[in-house]
Amino acid sequence: MKRLLVVLGAVCLIVLLLGAMHDLAPASVELHAAVAANLTASGVEHPVTAVLLNFRGYDTLLEIAVLLLALIVILAIGREEASNAEATVDVRLLVSPVLQTLAKLATPLMIMVAFYLLWAGSFRPGGAFQAGAVLAAAAVLLHLAELLPSWQSPGARLRLGLAGGFLIFLAVGAGSLMQGALLEYPLEQAGALILLIESGLTISLGLILAGLFLLLSRDDGETS
Amino acid sequence: MTAGLLFASVGVILFALGVAGVLLLEHLLRRILAFNIMGSGTFLVLVGLAQRNGIADPVPQAMVLTGIVVAVAATALALALARRLYVLTGKLELSQDDEA
Repeated sequence: MKRLLVVLGAVCLIVLLLGAMHDLAPASVELHAAVAANLTASGVEHPVTAVLLNFRGYDTLLEIAVLLLALIVILAIGREEASNAEATVDVRLLVSPVLQTLAKLATPLMIMVAFYLLWAGSFRPGGAFQAGAVLAAAAVLLHLAELLPSWQSPGARLRLGLAGGFLIFLAVGAGSLMQGALLEYPLEQAGALILLIESGLTISLGLILAGLFLLLSRDDGETS
Repeated sequence: MTAGLLFASVGVILFALGVAGVLLLEHLLRRILAFNIMGSGTFLVLVGLAQRNGIADPVPQAMVLTGIVVAVAATALALALARRLYVLTGKLELSQDDEA
């Protein structure tokens, strides 16, 4: 009965939303025109990067704060007690030497791709998020190939790396607040400031995303 | 129907699928996955509707990029909480009784 009701409701939702979208009037504000008109003042040449780090920089600032918060909560939840060790089954595959060699070969390439994506973000699709995701993927790959142990408890250097991107962003934001408005960069330094923020974001995002995986897997790592 | 509108329509269908999944599925892992499908549908609607006249709009694209990263963090947090629940209760389902 509940299943039927939910399915019916979902179908009604689809029909309603599709109908509403079909009748939708054209947008009253041409945002892409506004972005294109101000692109030269943003310090970067790619519109998405300009929106992310200049026009709506506070979105990105809050985003990295949310990521950091998620990681802190995962740290706060704590680890599983050893008493429950018999309930967890080790489902990891046997690590073959092929996987290990491939991971060793791929990791330098992935780091290079991450830096390319970071650099390319100023004039073509790319940027800190994509670069951070590639860095995190490299860390996860190394962990799955058992070349990188899972994190037990982050030390001082790791904590600095995790929070560094947010702190750099916050410092730039505070600096621009004293000059005028929050995250409103001076015209001639905008490009350099954006690159500085993006570099910090790349490292921190990579570490945070990798940490989300490596901190959660720390309990499995001990059984073997 | 333009390509943007098609994206948005697929997004609506994904969103409704996700809603049904969140309501119907008992297993927490499936529920988290359904929630992610809801999120993906929303992103498709945002990006698709913004470019329904054929011109890509960078503002919703940037917001969706932000949203994707936040969704990853939220998923990781949800998985951590689900694992904690499993450790504490041995179940991956929420209890049904309301007074608990």
